[in-house]
Amino acid sequence: MSNAESVLKPMTVSHEGEHAKPLFDRVHEWIVTVDHKKLGLMYVVYGILFLVIGGLEATVMRIQLAIPHNHFVSPQVFNQLFTMHGTTMVFLVGMPLLFGFANYLVPLMIGARDMAFPRLNAFSFWMSALGGIILYFSFIGGGGLYGAGSAPDVGWFAYAPLTSQAFSPGHSTDYWIIGLLVSGIGSIGTALNIVTTVLCMRCPGMTLGRMPLFAWLNLVTSSMVLIVISPLTAAQIMLLIDRYLGGHFFDTQAGGSAVIWMHFFWIFGHPEVYVLIIPGFAFASEIIPVFSRKPIFGYSIMVAATLAIGFLSLGVWAHHMFTVGMTSYANAFFTASTMAVGVPTGIKIFNWLGTMWGGKIRLTVPMLFCIAFLFQFLIAGLTGIMLAASPFDWQLGNSYFVVAHFHYVLIGGLVFTIFGALYYWYPKVTGRMWNETLGKWHFWLFLIGFHLTFDFMHIPGVLGMPRRIYTYEPGRGWEIWNLIVSLGVIVQIVGILFWVVNFVWSYFKGKPAGNDPWDAWTLEWSTTSPPPEYNFSKIPVVRSRRPLWDLKHPEDPDWKYE
Amino acid sequence: MAATTVALPQSEMPLAHQLRGRVGMWCLIAAESAIFSIFVVAYLYYAGKSLNGPTPREVLHVPIFNSICLFASSFTIVMAERAIALGKGRLFGIWWLLTIVLGTIFILGTAREWYHLIYVEHLTISSSLFGTTFYSLVGLHGFHVIVGLIGLSIIMIFAALGHVKQEHAARIEVFAMYWHFVDAIWVVVLTVVYFVAI
Repeated sequence: MSNAESVLKPMTVSHEGEHAKPLFDRVHEWIVTVDHKKLGLMYVVYGILFLVIGGLEATVMRIQLAIPHNHFVSPQVFNQLFTMHGTTMVFLVGMPLLFGFANYLVPLMIGARDMAFPRLNAFSFWMSALGGIILYFSFIGGGGLYGAGSAPDVGWFAYAPLTSQAFSPGHSTDYWIIGLLVSGIGSIGTALNIVTTVLCMRCPGMTLGRMPLFAWLNLVTSSMVLIVISPLTAAQIMLLIDRYLGGHFFDTQAGGSAVIWMHFFWIFGHPEVYVLIIPGFAFASEIIPVFSRKPIFGYSIMVAATLAIGFLSLGVWAHHMFTVGMTSYANAFFTASTMAVGVPTGIKIFNWLGTMWGGKIRLTVPMLFCIAFLFQFLIAGLTGIMLAASPFDWQLGNSYFVVAHFHYVLIGGLVFTIFGALYYWYPKVTGRMWNETLGKWHFWLFLIGFHLTFDFMHIPGVLGMPRRIYTYEPGRGWEIWNLIVSLGVIVQIVGILFWVVNFVWSYFKGKPAGNDPWDAWTLEWSTTSPPPEYNFSKIPVVRSRRPLWDLKHPEDPDWKYE
Repeated sequence: MAATTVALPQSEMPLAHQLRGRVGMWCLIAAESAIFSIFVVAYLYYAGKSLNGPTPREVLHVPIFNSICLFASSFTIVMAERAIALGKGRLFGIWWLLTIVLGTIFILGTAREWYHLIYVEHLTISSSLFGTTFYSLVGLHGFHVIVGLIGLSIIMIFAALGHVKQEHAARIEVFAMYWHFVDAIWVVVLTVVYFVAI
């Protein structure tokens, strides 16, 4: 470390004048900023804000379902809750959080001073923010002039013909359409920006083969966003034409088709799952090597597997539609293609294990979250393979087994790596260390709560409990499982509170972190914590995949072996 | 950082920063292509499924003159690009203006076609499934032409005021990529609407 620090020569940046500025100036600075780090932070804060809102919606649903014949919320409100919960978590939590991390970290990791298009970056963020505001304004304005409904209640997939004017009068569905359309424009702008940044803004020596896996995986994710968000945008334009210009795209009485909406939605919807999880892989691919004290195992295979996942994911969408009734050829194709995704994903899991194998593993909080991710993602993948078999899916499609499966992916996989990433890069962003004890409390409580909720959620699904029901009768054998599932939520919330306390307390009182608290190898750790506005006083030049290792170990640099 | 004086081989230098406009535009084109593909798929899927007339065969006529104008505008914009790359501002202005004129002829031609379809043939966006898909797909393309024309006109104003110079050639080229895309998509739309699903 001391050797490295003397080489790195930390820059001293004066932050003194900053706190003297009046509040208005400071807020104004954030609103007009085009700095990728500030925008990245705003994305993350925005995502966390909606994570709390979406989490509260889930909590209310679990209170309602904890016991049979409950009257905590009405059926109408329950429909709004699961619609808003799903929409929020995918569009206002998942995507902004991942874009936030990519925005903050990609330029730092590839040795750039900013994104390729800083102003487009700001525009995209504010479009996404506007989309979220429009969606949530529906709680106030969704009744509109007609007074029918408030928040959207058509499910996050908004199947036709439920979304037609006849069945969704008023404006609640319009808020869903317009909100997502607008935030989709923001997503495409940011994805375009990330792709261009990775391709054009790398520092000298940073070839594609030397890029951190984080940058690689975000390149794949963003390329996918470009082609998978657009089908949703197109389908939503068609829906608006149907609703307001009297079109017949999804109007079955005039020859239109409700099933084609499902196709269009899932052509977006399934790759979207990979858009969400690949950045989770990206976090794990940065954190696991650093805390195993070994370079990533099988770098090029990891890149290839990611590309394979990205490619295969474009051809699996109709596995969401097995229960709709397709030809046996279609069933066979989508079963096979879905199972094929398991191959590159399995390769990745083996590579992470290979990275840990024989390493000096440090069980810090980010690493704990990543290890839990490995186990949980494996189980999520296995239930995914089960559901990919179309005959199995006919039995359990639209049951709580499916709900348990994809929450295992998105929480057990994605949220765990997001927490890992938040802990891992918090010292870089704030310049301060968090408290290890509180962090471990957060991890263990969240882990126990997660397993209470989502392990036991599989069982009522197998016992036949369908999704999206607002209540159920006693005597079907579902009661005890639903109660356990709901109790797990409490444990999760307590765990999350530890995290909030830890991060808020550490922001003010945490120990100074220094430039490189983890003894890591990627470029973001070579600059100050937090990094100055220009990131690097001198644009770095790299010669291997681990530029900081080369600096710290001039006697045995990586590039000798490449 | 240390060890920065080592000369790097050319193969290790990343793509030049100047390319970022083009890469960004390629990304936008990819996203736009995905939107168009969905509309094209919908058009083909719904072809012949209308419950009532008029049918495409009865009312559609291949817009030959229109299409020639739009395709020609791809040529004129290339000439404009070349002119500005050589620093010939005046010549650039002439070719650019010609591009706008050709694009405008295309839009006016579409307007004429639609006027005929709506008021004579009584085909509207809500009259049948064919109407819905036809006006959506052709309208989506027309919308892109209009956006392109607005962009072209803004640059024309700058050119008329003498602000477009040789050093802007790369930016002009990026904008021209969008215009070429709009033309290329018309090849697809034209083929699908007037030849395949007729």
